[in-house]
Amino acid sequence: MSSPEISRDDVAHLANLARIELSDSELDRLGAELPAILEHVKVVQQVAGDDVPAMSHPVPVTNVFRPDEVTPGLTPEQALAAAPASEEQRFLVPKILGEE
Amino acid sequence: MSDLTRFTAAEIAAALADGSVTSVEVTRRHLDRIAAVEGDVRAFLHVDRHGALATAADVDRRRAAGEPLPELAGVPVAVKDVLTTVDLPTTCGSKMLEGWISPYDATVVSKLKAAGMPILGKTNMDEFAMGSSTEHSAYGPTRNPWDTTRIPGGSGGGSAAAVAAFEAPLAVGTDTGGSIRQPGAVTGTVGVKPTYGGVSRYGLVAMASSLDQAGPVARTVLDAALLHEVMGGHDPRDSTSLDMPVPPVVEAARRGDVSGLRIGVISELGGEGFQPGVRRCFEEGLEMLARAGAEIVEVSCPSFVHGIAAYYLVMPSEVSSNLAKFDAMRYGLRVAPEGVDDPSAEQVMAASRDAGFGDEVKRRIILGTYALSSGYYDAYYGSAQKVRTLIARDFEAAFEQVDVLASPTSPTVAWSLGEKLDDPLSMYAQDVATIPANLAGVPGISVPVGLSEGLPVGFQFLAPAMADDRLYNAGAALERLVTERDGRPFAAQAPELEVTR
Amino acid sequence: MSTPTLVKFEDALTRYQPVMGLEVHVELNTATKMFCGCPTTFGAEPNTQVCPVCLGLPGALPVVNAKAIESAIRIGLALNCQIAEWCRFARKNYFYPDMPKNFQTSQYDEPIAFDGYVDVEVEGETYRIEIERAHMEEDTGKSLHVGGSTGRIHGADYSLLDYNRAGIPLIEIVTKTIEVPGDKAPAVARAYVNHLRDLMVALGVSDARMDQGSLRADVNLSLKPIGATEFGTRSETKNVNSFRSVERAVRYEISRHAGILDAGGTVVQETRHFHESDGTTSAGRPKSDADDYRYFPEPDLAPVAPDPAWVEELRATLPEPPAERRKRLQTEWGFNDLDMRDIVGAGALDLVAETVEAGATPAAAKKWWLGELARTANDQGADVAALTNTPAQGAQVHRLSDAGRTNDKLARQGD
Repeated sequence: MSSPEISRDDVAHLANLARIELSDSELDRLGAELPAILEHVKVVQQVAGDDVPAMSHPVPVTNVFRPDEVTPGLTPEQALAAAPASEEQRFLVPKILGEE
Repeated sequence: MSDLTRFTAAEIAAALADGSVTSVEVTRRHLDRIAAVEGDVRAFLHVDRHGALATAADVDRRRAAGEPLPELAGVPVAVKDVLTTVDLPTTCGSKMLEGWISPYDATVVSKLKAAGMPILGKTNMDEFAMGSSTEHSAYGPTRNPWDTTRIPGGSGGGSAAAVAAFEAPLAVGTDTGGSIRQPGAVTGTVGVKPTYGGVSRYGLVAMASSLDQAGPVARTVLDAALLHEVMGGHDPRDSTSLDMPVPPVVEAARRGDVSGLRIGVISELGGEGFQPGVRRCFEEGLEMLARAGAEIVEVSCPSFVHGIAAYYLVMPSEVSSNLAKFDAMRYGLRVAPEGVDDPSAEQVMAASRDAGFGDEVKRRIILGTYALSSGYYDAYYGSAQKVRTLIARDFEAAFEQVDVLASPTSPTVAWSLGEKLDDPLSMYAQDVATIPANLAGVPGISVPVGLSEGLPVGFQFLAPAMADDRLYNAGAALERLVTERDGRPFAAQAPELEVTR
Repeated sequence: MSTPTLVKFEDALTRYQPVMGLEVHVELNTATKMFCGCPTTFGAEPNTQVCPVCLGLPGALPVVNAKAIESAIRIGLALNCQIAEWCRFARKNYFYPDMPKNFQTSQYDEPIAFDGYVDVEVEGETYRIEIERAHMEEDTGKSLHVGGSTGRIHGADYSLLDYNRAGIPLIEIVTKTIEVPGDKAPAVARAYVNHLRDLMVALGVSDARMDQGSLRADVNLSLKPIGATEFGTRSETKNVNSFRSVERAVRYEISRHAGILDAGGTVVQETRHFHESDGTTSAGRPKSDADDYRYFPEPDLAPVAPDPAWVEELRATLPEPPAERRKRLQTEWGFNDLDMRDIVGAGALDLVAETVEAGATPAAAKKWWLGELARTANDQGADVAALTNTPAQGAQVHRLSDAGRTNDKLARQGD
């Protein structure tokens, strides 16, 4: 198990993935803090063997479904009430550069 | 008439039922108390004088008309600002959601309303419930009513402080890694994290979905049970909600009998890192329980020592995804990046998320983004989820030997404001005893057990999933022993706060 | 933007073998969305079919639509897939304004259905298309780009978002790599998508209308030099929205890739957009680090573990496979291959069958419907193949049969 190495560039990359425009000082600080935290938590890699299943849900419940029946939602006014901007009953957002 | 704010919820309910007080009187007295001490405590982010009194008046009218009412009808309650409410803002202690009003009520809030409980207001918290001191609130810290230079615990410091300061008889908290129990411990109040799935998460603004659970905050174990019964139960809007009846918590709290109860002391929790005063209080609690007929045995849960490591991977991973929705497009803070003409949606998102989130939130989002990222998933998130399995197995094995497990709730008493703010790892270490229950989904309670350096110490019981009643039985027994020892209720020992007139 | 050098399709095939992969998104026709009770009506006023769940409001939680699970399993069975005994939803994390939670609730390494196949027919030859997986996910909202010259995303001043579509259940059907003789590749791709459409309609799980986006195809294509074993770099042409376009997109990409490879260049791994007007594709987004989707199991949803008995019950509800049904009807009606191709090509199989059932002769039913549909397509300026049966057409059949003189009437109207 190697010691976690995270460079300032790595933090910048993570911030980009997480869509946070971190300032230079924030990048510096997280660049120092993250390796320290990871150093502390990396022990999990040594604890459990391959035979131990991962637990994603704390209670073993399966097959929770609802009937395909319409239930009341929000009015457009309610939906848009908190919108920073709206137009023509739609949420107005700045121009979108990328695409999916 | 004696001071209504000193009444327990059960006493208020009895007084309302026999007509000796009205809900309007009770509610007004609590609102007055809030006005008087908030300058020191700062437990609330929003106070709803008008709404609370309107509910109280409605309950009084219905009671006068002879309508049958739920037991806590007319008993006021405070709600952590992480549960959505249609009539008050829900900010989660974040600038990101400043002024945001939800168009729907959380299921827990709907249940409080259906039970006729006036909602006094929304309580302060660490931003998006991330922290152990309430200092990470964007709206300033809450102070510990026992010593206002100290932290009230977190993330639910507001709910705990409101109850400890007699601003509310009851409050709702949420607990992801100890956010109900640790504030309970350091403010001398009772806090319960129910079994995962026992209380609906619908409308609880998620921090870590597989760990979050709402629960009651009170000054007595019985009061906590009464509120638990109102909050709990199956909710078809929450896929992880258990389709089972609420365990008989009120009955258990009234019983409070530990004779023959097997209590397992967790070897791994209570040694190194725990203050001597905390250990002394805990051991005294054990001795009292043993004298009352409990069988005390030591139980080893070897994987618990890895709880913090697993938690600080699972939790931030889920955080990084849950908090992605705060992007300035549909609601919440929208900030234009500086020095950019005609910014794009992407730039506005990134600038808003930088401006709207505090340091601790950003730290966890970045950490979680890393733990889930390609090439690191198996080593971090995947391994942490395996540790969860080991911790759950430790619980299973332990509960084959004992009925409940016990440990100090928190390694230390309340520390001074600002003391650990620049040391995230030291802050994270505070959760060592509370985290295993969240990782495994089992319930836990913190009950005040004594004072160290004049500050409250909490005693934690843990029980198997859906055996929350065992917590209340054991907790009520301990509470009675502590009250007998001290000659007065624990909460009554809190120093008087300076009252602003 | 430079115009790519294209190599003539036939020439390209002398040097390269195309390798295809098709990803088809099927929008289910459930009454409500995948994870909430909002209606799914097409064309509703903006933001009238939304709630805290599909708007991704703080605190809201998803609950799975039982009907969507049922449809997913039936689709899986109809694709001859294995049905997972236990599977989970996963979160696919990326930021995009049309996705309210900034993650898509999808499935990752545990799809509900996997390892299947379908047989499609092209010019009398049968090709087996192997299915890698069919998984459940949710649709995104719709963006309207305002300003700029083209109304497209580039050059827009701002965008307007409508979340009515956000959260509508989708089934994504992914093939394994398809290698068929190069000259057949475009037609096989088209036939496969066409086959899926017929299957979805027969199952009754989707309107499967490409023109409305309820069936959308992505075409992945790479070339490998003939004789080579390694695949080339692939392009992903997104949201090709007619059967004919599927065919054209495959042809165009083969010509384009060959042009790049012939010139000694390298194909860029990227998404591409298909242009209906001239049958070309243009570069979209390059694949990059930003494609680290950080999938993890969705903690807000319980795992799905279909009861095997239920799966068998659903298997019993499967309609006759479209290809077998076509063969049976052809024999019953006494039509030749060409007759059948006309009927199937016009999407008139069900209408003709119903009309014959109502008492018409096969010949009269065919003649009448082909005429009728050609007129409709002409009126709408659409491809006959893009039309799907409408309730109005069904009602016509009933009116004809109620009149009791089906053949007479058809004979008269058909002239």
